[in-house]
Amino acid sequence: MTRERVNISRREFLIHCSALGAGFSLGLYVPFNSQADEAASSQTTEVNAWVVIEPDDTVIIRIARSEMGQGTLTGLAQLVAEELECDWSRVRTEYPTPGQSLVRGRIWGSFATGGSQGIRGSHQYVRKGGAVAREMLIEAAAEVWGVAKDQCSAENSIITHKPTGRTTSYGKVAAAAAELIPPFEVVLKDPKDWKIIGKPVKRLDTVDKLNGKQVFGADLQLPGMLNAAIEACPTFGGRLKSFDNTSVGKMPGVRKIVRVGDNAVAVVADSWWQAKTALDALPITWDKGPHASVNSASIEQMLDDGLTATRVFVGNRNGDIDKVLKGAVKTVEATYTYPYQNHATMEPMNATALWTRDRCEVWCPTQNGENAHEAATEAAGLPPDKCEVYKIHLGGGFGRRGAFHDYVTQAVLIAKQMPGTPIKLLWSREEDMLHGHYHPITKARMVGGLDDKGNLMGLHMRISGQSIRASINPRRKNRMDKFVFQCLLPDGDHAISYTVPNLLIDHAMRNPPVPPGYWRGVNINQNAIYMESFIDELAHAAGQDPLVFRRKLMTHHPKSLAVLNAVAKNAGWGKPAPRGVYRGLAVCKAFASYVAACAEVAVDDKGILKIHRIVAATDPGHAVNPQQIEAQVEGSFVYGLSALLYGECTIKDGGVEQQNFNSYPSMLIRDMPKVDVIIMPSGGFWGGIGEPTIAVAAPAVLNAIFAATGKRIRRFPLKHADLRPS
Amino acid sequence: MATLTINGKQVDIDVDASTPLLWALREQLGLTGTKYSCGIGICGSCAVHVNGEAVRSCVIPVSTLKATDEITTIEGLSADGSHPLQRAWAELDVPQCGYCQPGIIMTAAALLKRNPDPSDADIDAHVTNICRCGTYNRVRRGIHLAVDLNKREKSS
Ligand code: FES
Ligand code: FES
Repeated sequence: MTRERVNISRREFLIHCSALGAGFSLGLYVPFNSQADEAASSQTTEVNAWVVIEPDDTVIIRIARSEMGQGTLTGLAQLVAEELECDWSRVRTEYPTPGQSLVRGRIWGSFATGGSQGIRGSHQYVRKGGAVAREMLIEAAAEVWGVAKDQCSAENSIITHKPTGRTTSYGKVAAAAAELIPPFEVVLKDPKDWKIIGKPVKRLDTVDKLNGKQVFGADLQLPGMLNAAIEACPTFGGRLKSFDNTSVGKMPGVRKIVRVGDNAVAVVADSWWQAKTALDALPITWDKGPHASVNSASIEQMLDDGLTATRVFVGNRNGDIDKVLKGAVKTVEATYTYPYQNHATMEPMNATALWTRDRCEVWCPTQNGENAHEAATEAAGLPPDKCEVYKIHLGGGFGRRGAFHDYVTQAVLIAKQMPGTPIKLLWSREEDMLHGHYHPITKARMVGGLDDKGNLMGLHMRISGQSIRASINPRRKNRMDKFVFQCLLPDGDHAISYTVPNLLIDHAMRNPPVPPGYWRGVNINQNAIYMESFIDELAHAAGQDPLVFRRKLMTHHPKSLAVLNAVAKNAGWGKPAPRGVYRGLAVCKAFASYVAACAEVAVDDKGILKIHRIVAATDPGHAVNPQQIEAQVEGSFVYGLSALLYGECTIKDGGVEQQNFNSYPSMLIRDMPKVDVIIMPSGGFWGGIGEPTIAVAAPAVLNAIFAATGKRIRRFPLKHADLRPS
Repeated sequence: MATLTINGKQVDIDVDASTPLLWALREQLGLTGTKYSCGIGICGSCAVHVNGEAVRSCVIPVSTLKATDEITTIEGLSADGSHPLQRAWAELDVPQCGYCQPGIIMTAAALLKRNPDPSDADIDAHVTNICRCGTYNRVRRGIHLAVDLNKREKSS
């Protein structure tokens, strides 16, 4: 009956989707061309693309973006559930697949999970999805009762006919609702009526993360699956010349040794440990390629040259900077240097692929299912509709698994050489460290001019360094890369937080042959360190309190000023700190959110730094889940401060030197400051959460270190700095 | 071939004696809750208990273990997620991506066994796991909450 009008693709979809859904709860995945149990799947009803309802009132909300720890899964479900008026305690989630999206005309929109876009990039249409489903469910109930729809209302998955008090539940009318024509227009709730949005509800994905049941890509097991370990040429741009499989081919468990693309070799074995052991014993000859002599010093030379170059891209300019700097009563000048850094997700890159002549399936952690699908399709040599990608929760993303699916390409290229056998490719940590897409290297030369009252009259910021976009696509090298100017632009999501009467911010593009990538925050980390440290330098040169100095430049930036004032007040800026403790400030606008931090640090006579506390404020417009925002603020501080304290990939002989966590350390629990989070949503806009605050932690700490020691650190990471009192 | 006692059960596994416990657990026994991240004993993602002590299973060859050694993995920490740490973790929503969490929970569980009411300094000294998502402050709160849950149960 009700099923007839639904198109074929939906029937298939239900089969595939419920196979995947069931798989999630069992921690086991069923390939979508296997015979799924159609009887079971016909129990569930897809009301619309976002909402699936089971007869027992379980609500399954579809989430196109990826969960990598940032809580987007829960936040997006909150948005849908708010409008759906469903019982939150019965909500589950599932990922649609990129292949289904393709068939259904991208009905779920973008799958991209980066740029802090998860919520702010889709809040409108996912809320609408929830509202449309609610209207259809109400209408279905009204039809069954033979009453007018507007006499009925819904709450907590229960529909009530107000005049009679009759009730029914979503599970009972879902099938009928699915047959209705969706309303053309729905009105979204006024934020003041929100009941689930804005509440610190618990995450939906916690339980399985506490008992070992959560399946990450690296944990996947398919029937008949073999395991692959891989080594790519450790020199960027190098190639695989040859390998000698005579003895290694006979090692225990080894099934095959294969070339992967033009630069890697993989061993396929029964277990990954066998594959890795064999790979380590495999004699390999590399053709090191054109960049074998590149090293950190030669890269720095390229960047130094950019500091004084005349061919530049201008990101922000007003007034006449040259004239003002020449006439300044006092000029201050400083050069800052920021290194390459690796994402170092705890779960190394991995993907599982099954290739046959007419189909290719991939299971992988990815921040962008559609990009993964594209990579799989290209490597498989099959049409897009013959390929499918199943997303699995990520053991960390931080940008590594969004734009680059080199690991998916490799897995498919291996699987292609063993048709019909699922192959799980897992990178070793060493491989992960050597083949990253690194947080790009930049330097900045800052020049500021003060008048006789200590007012900032002019500021020139020259960034020299790598453009991610131009490195990915060399045809872009003659175009400005806006990412380079994040949090420094004249307006928009990444606007500068200050008004300086004469300003020039420009970029000399220098692209070393090290692949850069989008790393949590992208360029806001470097840029905020440069700008916020230097503003502090200027304040001290002017003999002014850094808060007072900043405030004068922020009269046209009320929201930035509000978060700055909030941290200053909460931290007790201007009042004495505990003995031996010093404070530093930073402020930034990024990914449309306004953020600020005040750090409190101490440095002992041995030069040992202790970060005691960071007070952080964020105005993201709307705050969907405050307790998850708090987690993101704390988490991004760990990520940003790990980078500040330790994060550095140096280049030698054309490759990265750091191969594991012993040479690429992270903060530990003992390094962790207390974090006080102030969430101050001012409404009216949707800002990002996962990235913005990362920008302020490092400069706030650096400014506090200056307050404590009088030492201005301009070369990172901090582990190289001598903080002992001079 | 090796005989091990894992989560209370004796199992025979067919692996080369040099295979690290981590990979025997994950690949021979399908206990994938124990994670690989660094493989060199630094990060703690692979922590399990051997006779009640937290060890990093990626650097322990199967050959060094006896059949009488009691090995506990995250899957065997409790039958139903009721270990005080698991309850505290759920209460505080500690995990972000969750990848490092089994290792952190096992490390903290071993600490609590030895020291039922650890100070912050004890936590700093014992929990040296890496969490790139940055759950540290909630981990600390979670350990303290687990201690409270334990105490409350004992007194009731
Ligand atoms: S994987 Fe064992 S300590 Fe990192
Ligand atoms: S929760 Fe993601 S690494 Fe710890």
